[in-house]
Amino acid sequence: MPKGVSEAIIAVENLTARFGNNTVFEGVNLEVYKGEVLVVVGESGCGKSTLLKIMIGLQKPSEGRVMFRGVDVVSATSEQLHSYRQNIGVLFQSSALFSSMRLKENIALPLEEYTSLNSSMIDMIIKMKLGMVNLAGYENHYPSELSGGMKKRAGIARAMALDPTVLFLDELSAGLDPVTAVELDNLIIKTNEALGTTMVIVTHELESICKIAHRVVMLDKNAKGIIAEGSPTQLKEKATDPRVRSFFLRQLPESNDKDSSYGE
Amino acid sequence: MDIEQEWSKFYKILPEKKEKTLTLYLQGDFGLKNLNEFTAKLGDLVDLHKPLEVKIDFSGVTYLDSAAALAFIRMERFIKDKNVDCLLLNLTDEIKGIFSVIYQRALAQKPFKVKTKPDNFFVELGEASIALVKDFIDVIEFVGDLLFSIAYAITHPRSIRVKDIFFYMKRAGVDGLPIVGLISVLIGLIIAFMSFLQLKQIGANIYVPSLVSFAMVRELGPIMTAILVAGRSGSAFAAEIGTMVVNEEVDALKTMGFDPIRFLAVPKVLAAMIVVPILTIYSALFGVFGGMIVGVTGLDLTINTYLTQSLKAISVFDIVTSLIKAAVFAALIAGIGCQRGFKVRSGAQDVGKFTTSAVVSAIFLIVMADSIFAVTLYYIR
Repeated sequence: MPKGVSEAIIAVENLTARFGNNTVFEGVNLEVYKGEVLVVVGESGCGKSTLLKIMIGLQKPSEGRVMFRGVDVVSATSEQLHSYRQNIGVLFQSSALFSSMRLKENIALPLEEYTSLNSSMIDMIIKMKLGMVNLAGYENHYPSELSGGMKKRAGIARAMALDPTVLFLDELSAGLDPVTAVELDNLIIKTNEALGTTMVIVTHELESICKIAHRVVMLDKNAKGIIAEGSPTQLKEKATDPRVRSFFLRQLPESNDKDSSYGE
Repeated sequence: MDIEQEWSKFYKILPEKKEKTLTLYLQGDFGLKNLNEFTAKLGDLVDLHKPLEVKIDFSGVTYLDSAAALAFIRMERFIKDKNVDCLLLNLTDEIKGIFSVIYQRALAQKPFKVKTKPDNFFVELGEASIALVKDFIDVIEFVGDLLFSIAYAITHPRSIRVKDIFFYMKRAGVDGLPIVGLISVLIGLIIAFMSFLQLKQIGANIYVPSLVSFAMVRELGPIMTAILVAGRSGSAFAAEIGTMVVNEEVDALKTMGFDPIRFLAVPKVLAAMIVVPILTIYSALFGVFGGMIVGVTGLDLTINTYLTQSLKAISVFDIVTSLIKAAVFAALIAGIGCQRGFKVRSGAQDVGKFTTSAVVSAIFLIVMADSIFAVTLYYIR
């Protein structure tokens, strides 16, 4: 956890997500503390992305609440949700940049919608944000003219346009080369340290988790909830749960090893 | 209850002038939402006091975001441009951190040049002409590939994806029944009503049924059905294949050894060629029914007389040529829809562009083919 931080900014209370008869997770309780980088991990299908979508108000849970500054995001009115979304920034897995707009237009969109700044100030903020993500000079480019890593960085610049209190990042470095992934990790660390932005990140990249996370929460498909919580070092070195150990030590669980009996 | 904001718009700027030095003590929150106000106030204070040195004291700042930090950097530069010294004082580590994400080099960086199309009229005209010729060649190539694939499918019936054909027959045919029926009834009604207004002047009301059935079977049935199918299914085919191209599904098909035209276009074209003629007959029947509403209610004709008069005007030749026309229109609509879909390269914008193009091109081709049919059938008869 970052120094001097204890205030919970988001509280997930007793959250359950079901699709028909399929329960993704149930009774999940989680707190996100101000200024921390919280990483959510777990195998595919354990509900990481569902949890993220519920937290950003895109999906309704079957039960439970997501509290942000005294307001339940799940049952929020459209005005409250509108206000909540000005306090958060989201980077989607595919970056979700608007392909018909140049980068500067993508970043200007929230600034034009939510502030009364003049165009010269907006242009300067765009330059500053692009500089922050190491994309200075690319304001006139379309997303289709950028590489995968550049799109991610541009997506972060857009998500950061309003200096949000909490930044949600889905599959931050999925499908990127190691060098670009390290660049993104450094960007996350720098942004968190400099601006104090709280971050909730869904990722599978072990190296990245160890580098950027203050706290890690692990979801499990069979347990239908959180099975471990702690700093990356704690989970890597001290966890006794075989599922946690297998994730952090990149080993198949013992039961799986026994299952593969070919050639015996 | 409203969501409480992390910071308020509350701020104070306390000026203190000692000799030629103006110190501005900042208090409260400075961010995006009060940026216009506090920058204007700072500018006014500097203009009012006309100092030789300005000190901006941050010790009372309780919130600062990166946009506000950028505004202070701009203000510092603005003051220095007036040959007045400017100092930012008492920056806490937190505030220094915020200033650290603002890179002077990035602010001064000019946008990289992006290739833009020349706006010379003749260059644009030339490029448009070349694009038109290329498009024509693409369509011809696609027609060749499609005919080859259809021939292959006919000679190798097991390669035909029958399930897909039934699926698209439902989409293009069954799902289109209500709208085709409704439009055809209304068209029949309009023709009957307009012709009645003219024919009653010479007492030839009895020819209204013949006119309606002749028009619906020979021309309007096939054309209206084709235009509706182009709008409903031609666009859907283009958008579906276009999205598959964007998602690299078409590339995946190629790498697995499938011919995308045989796999994606042939079922759609065959399905359309089967259902559009059926829809055309259906459209003609509903058109005649629409005319009959006017005939029975407005012209005092009996249902029997109306139907007998309607049948008199049309021959088997008319019905057969109408069906052939409908099949050709169907091939054109589905073919151009698929061809436009395969031309998509990247992004949602491309999908929209080629979907529009599919509908416009299909309607153009339908009208062109209909003109050719009109002349050819005149000579054959």
